Amino acid sequence: MSDTEDNAAAQEWPSTRVLTDIVYCGVCTLPVEYCEFAGTTTKCQKWLRNKDVALFAKTWPAVDLTEKMDDATLEEDSTLTKEQKKAEAKAAQEAKKKAAQRLIIKRVERTKRKCVIEVSGLELFGVDLKKAAKLFATKFACGSSVTKNPQGTDDIIVQGDVQDDIYDLVLDTWPQVPEEQIELTEGKKK
Amino acid sequence: MFKKFSPKDDVSGKSKVKSSVQRGIRSKILEQYPALNPYIEELMPKKDPLILVKCHDRLNVVMVNDQLLFFNHHDGPYFPTLQILHKFPDIMPQVQVDRGAIKFVLSGANIMCPGLTSKGARIDVDLPVDTPVAVLAEGKEHALALGELKMSTQDIKSINKGVGVELVHFINDGLWHAKIEA
Ligand SMILES: [Zn+2]
Repeated sequence: MSDTEDNAAAQEWPSTRVLTDIVYCGVCTLPVEYCEFAGTTTKCQKWLRNKDVALFAKTWPAVDLTEKMDDATLEEDSTLTKEQKKAEAKAAQEAKKKAAQRLIIKRVERTKRKCVIEVSGLELFGVDLKKAAKLFATKFACGSSVTKNPQGTDDIIVQGDVQDDIYDLVLDTWPQVPEEQIELTEGKKK
Repeated sequence: MFKKFSPKDDVSGKSKVKSSVQRGIRSKILEQYPALNPYIEELMPKKDPLILVKCHDRLNVVMVNDQLLFFNHHDGPYFPTLQILHKFPDIMPQVQVDRGAIKFVLSGANIMCPGLTSKGARIDVDLPVDTPVAVLAEGKEHALALGELKMSTQDIKSINKGVGVELVHFINDGLWHAKIEA
């Protein structure tokens, strides 16, 4: 740097490149050249192949072009190292576990004309049950509380025939709950 | 430093700083990273509020327009976040680790001297101890981490034992993923 602070110093700033076109992986978030270390190699490859074939070829030169057009072959990809496979298996298992989580919104008839809704599993998606119960109460102007079920976990019991409304509200409020993991059921009073 | 960082647990407060403080932070950053002079107004527009995100253990993160830009620890030197370093890759000195070291760096480990002196590694400049450095990797274009030299680069080469670079921030750590709302 310059030893003076005058305008002449301006020309003496060191320079830097400015990169604005770095592609970050849509699966693992890393610059795509680091996907091979992310433990989600197959998914990363699929993502990049769909996004940018040229960059894919540059990033994964060992994966040949016919293979990478075929998902089934890609799964069996022999270019993955043992470690990558292991990490992938682990990630896949976790994803499976996550996908198996269910939010159950059950309509239970109390009498001919009265029913309650039992919401179970919301905590699996990282939702604070007390806050959720409060939200239901204010949104639907009805009683709503957290209660232990016979299995020893917590349910939210909502007093009112609002099963569909809860379904909609859940989707709007907690995007981390996938629609396909919500079950609507009906049941008799226990 | 950010291996287990999560905004939910580690942020203790956020505050919009006074404009005098904002100027001070800006000039300190420019003093450390003079190459940013032409871009600083774009990165930290004077008219936009600078939010200081205070975290555990006297760690401060500088945020402007919801983007995390720089951080410092115990009032020490500022480090850019890796997103900023990727965009402006030449603002700070670099060291390069060999390919074998990548997975250790990505698990948050400090970098041992042999990982900096082997065939795939590179240190092109002489730097004193405590210098903040970008960490590049053999065969890769973009930095994967930021660290602080625990020995001078001369010592790293001659002693070639022990921790050469203390890891500060790496891609995939808590700061990399952190989204903080103002
Ligand atoms: Zn990836």
